[in-house]
Amino acid sequence: MSATLAALDGALAVAAAWFAIGIAGLAAPRSVRFVAWFLFPLSAILGVVLAGVALAGLPGGAQSAILPIGLPGLPFHVRLDALSAFFLVLLGLAGSGVSIFAAGYFRAGEGTAPGVLCLQYHVFLGAMAMVLLADDAYAFMVCWELMALASFFLVTTNHRIREIQRAGFLYLLIAHVGAIGILLCFGLLQANTGDYTFANMRAQHLAPLGASAAFLLALFGFGAKAGIVPLHVWLPEAHPAAPSPVSALMSGVMLKTAIYGMARITFDLLGTPTWWWGVVALAVGLATALFGVVFAAAQVDMKRLLAYSSIENMGLVVVAFGLAIVFRAYAMLPLAALALMAMLYHCLNHAVFKSLLFLATGSVLHATHERSLGKLGGLLRYMPWVAWTALIGVIAAAALPPSNGFVSEWLLLQGFLFTGGLPNPYLRMLVPIFAAGVVLVSALAGYVMVKFFGVIFLGRPREEKLAEANDAGFLERLGLAWLASGCVLLGIFPVAVLELIDPVASELLGRGLAQGGRIGDWLVLAPVSAERASYSPLAMLVVALAVVGLAFVLVRRFYHGRVRRAAPWDCGYPLQTARMQDTAEGFGQPIRQIFEPLFRMKRELPTAFDAAPRYKVTIEDPMWHGIFEPIAAATEALSRIVGFLQRGRIAIYLLYSFLTLVAVLFLAQA
Amino acid sequence: MSLEGVLAQLAAAVAALVLGPLLLGWVNQWRAWLQNRTAPPLTQPLRTLHKLFWKESVMAHGASTLYRLAPYVVFGCMLLASMIVPTLSTNLPLAPAADAIALVGLFALARLFISLAAMDVGTAFGSLGARREMLVGFLAEPAFLMVLFTASLITNSTSLATIVSSLSHRSLAILPSLAFAGVAFTMVSLAENARIPVDNPATHLELTMIHEALVLEYSGRHLALLEWAAALKLFAYSCAGLAIFFPWGIAQANDRTALLFSLPVLVAKLALGGIALAVIETILAKMRIFRVPEFLASAFLLGVLALLVHLLLGA
Repeated sequence: MSATLAALDGALAVAAAWFAIGIAGLAAPRSVRFVAWFLFPLSAILGVVLAGVALAGLPGGAQSAILPIGLPGLPFHVRLDALSAFFLVLLGLAGSGVSIFAAGYFRAGEGTAPGVLCLQYHVFLGAMAMVLLADDAYAFMVCWELMALASFFLVTTNHRIREIQRAGFLYLLIAHVGAIGILLCFGLLQANTGDYTFANMRAQHLAPLGASAAFLLALFGFGAKAGIVPLHVWLPEAHPAAPSPVSALMSGVMLKTAIYGMARITFDLLGTPTWWWGVVALAVGLATALFGVVFAAAQVDMKRLLAYSSIENMGLVVVAFGLAIVFRAYAMLPLAALALMAMLYHCLNHAVFKSLLFLATGSVLHATHERSLGKLGGLLRYMPWVAWTALIGVIAAAALPPSNGFVSEWLLLQGFLFTGGLPNPYLRMLVPIFAAGVVLVSALAGYVMVKFFGVIFLGRPREEKLAEANDAGFLERLGLAWLASGCVLLGIFPVAVLELIDPVASELLGRGLAQGGRIGDWLVLAPVSAERASYSPLAMLVVALAVVGLAFVLVRRFYHGRVRRAAPWDCGYPLQTARMQDTAEGFGQPIRQIFEPLFRMKRELPTAFDAAPRYKVTIEDPMWHGIFEPIAAATEALSRIVGFLQRGRIAIYLLYSFLTLVAVLFLAQA
Repeated sequence: MSLEGVLAQLAAAVAALVLGPLLLGWVNQWRAWLQNRTAPPLTQPLRTLHKLFWKESVMAHGASTLYRLAPYVVFGCMLLASMIVPTLSTNLPLAPAADAIALVGLFALARLFISLAAMDVGTAFGSLGARREMLVGFLAEPAFLMVLFTASLITNSTSLATIVSSLSHRSLAILPSLAFAGVAFTMVSLAENARIPVDNPATHLELTMIHEALVLEYSGRHLALLEWAAALKLFAYSCAGLAIFFPWGIAQANDRTALLFSLPVLVAKLALGGIALAVIETILAKMRIFRVPEFLASAFLLGVLALLVHLLLGA
């Protein structure tokens, strides 16, 4: 018990220290040295501390406290249980990597004074920690909004650029639309008791209709933050606008707070879910994942590509979430635990590899001042550190063994293979189709990642200036290496990780994955039984390395290792330039052609007589045209109609008052 | 992990390394015979490998470490894959390390590396090959997984050893789900192994090649490793297909007499499979590259159909 209490205190202390660091940044707002060499590294250490403290508190059971801050009579309730501890670990691990990278990255100042940036950044970190700790709706919403506001200011760091302002406002708008959904959901959950603590919500038993409405509101509200289609539109705008460490933190960690919210409300506050909620989540998640990955393949801006890839991954997380709901609703607890573990594992993986990839784009951006894939290329030679760490992230994002991304995909697919036991025959039929969709998404993710890595880091530089690109500095390398080693370790030791996070399943479902046995021995992951399925990344890696090493030695022993350098062969064509490589558009072209109905494309094709032929394709997100533009048009039309009332003359307004008075009197009389 | 298991594992690896190129030679021989040509000897692929290993490796000026690393990685992945698939015996110490999903993951890892290596030199054909390879891969990979899932649902396991031992114990009836899966598997393995109608292993015509465009810049020992890896891939795919659809003759754990017969049975099955492949390659024409997605999408749908049929009919 005392250990858990210490864990809660420790987590609160780290959050408070983050806020304090933010304020300390204001002490010398223009001093890059103070901020970069002292405050950001300190915050990275705090991240590691938070991860350690939360990890220690994970198995210990829930512990709560009341903080005397907030309005009089409305104190903050805070609580640390396995679910929040898990997400705090995620925040700490990814946050520390991003912070140490940011220490190197924010040297130049990005349009906002470094001290102010430091304040926004650390308020963001602290607010995320407090969101995960909040135990009443009031504290949760305050921290949630604080998180949204801090990230809004971070997105608009370069606030003088018009597109960035626009992206920031779009983000703020959708964040608030989502917040309304969450607020309404909490309103339903308290069931007219007027008591907004989570403890009270847990005690209420809502009628099926109310519970379903609350679930859908939560899915909508948190979905807006998580980037669920069609509320994803802010992601591809905000991520390219924000500085890369901010993108990394938003994509890696902030999106996960939305998943935390969904899991908290569905499994904890609402009690037992209904089966069709799971189907809704599965459908929405799969649509999001497919949409995200197809659009990622067509992007030509590296950060926009990663933003769509984040949408895809959040879709996969929601698919796992839906599967967990279905199993939970039918009281198939071991399988629900399996799906839940797949969801949590994928959250952790995505936090690590997507932060890594966003940070890598940050280094590329600083070195080349270029975000467009069409003007990059060949950077492996000039930025080896960034490129090789990014390669690890790419393998993880493509969900390939032995990386961490494969572990969560494996767990999720294992979950799908058990759906034959579901009592509902329609569901049994539906689920393989979802499984097929998930497999297609992860195969497409490989395509996207080859495009991302190949076009940026491989080939010949498409511009002259790229040859002057410098590799990342020491602090940046440290951040990249930290996250890359996370990808490797999470991939090679899945059993250890799963056993550490198993208390989350025990807490939410009443049964963990390891009940009555272990999740395999330390080497071999076997969540159900060894005959059923097993996977051992370490054994695979060792054998593969042995084979590769043996091949290398034997070739040199029996033959030779001679190499001669020459011009590329390329079928003997004499004239070749770097512009003849595949462009980003070219690499995405097959996907555009296959999934053509999904895209809204504008093509500008040259005619045969053009003196200076130009070829241009622009791709638009169909959700703008299909959903958001009609809403905007309707809002404008409505305001025009209402605007008719505003004549700007005092006599008319007096007339309105008079008519209203008469009407009210008339009603009172009746 | 018993000594016997380790020996069986090593035997499987050696068998794959030798039988892979021989299978390729066998298919080439049959193709030649069917087309009224004089056939090269059966061991021609092995001789070519030997020749390539002696040649020095000519590398483009800009080629990076990734380019030199990729052939080894691809070779390692493919050898590992052919060690996981039960070929001679199901008593494999590596079987618990990787199941059917991991097998597909290994193929995908190799594909990622070869595609990246092809983009590394920065030639037009390299990136063209990488793009096409990924195009084939992103449709073939899910289709192959659907085939494996159908077998997994029938046997309640994704472990390849368990799949083989429980499938070989069933009676000799054609399950409708496996029939669909079989068609899907045939289509996928043609695409994945760069065979006609998806790719032509004998072409160097710029506009049609996929596999050849990927390895266009490679020479000497690197090319040898990649070609050997391609032969291993064909072997692993064939053995995976044989293991699922014709699992008889693979020795079960602790069955020593069956172990003696498993090698001749495997060779016989592969020989028949090789003839079938040569016939397919002779009677079909190569498709245009943009027909390939349709071809593979139908394989994918057949795979999904196989899953559904199993869940609906329970067979």
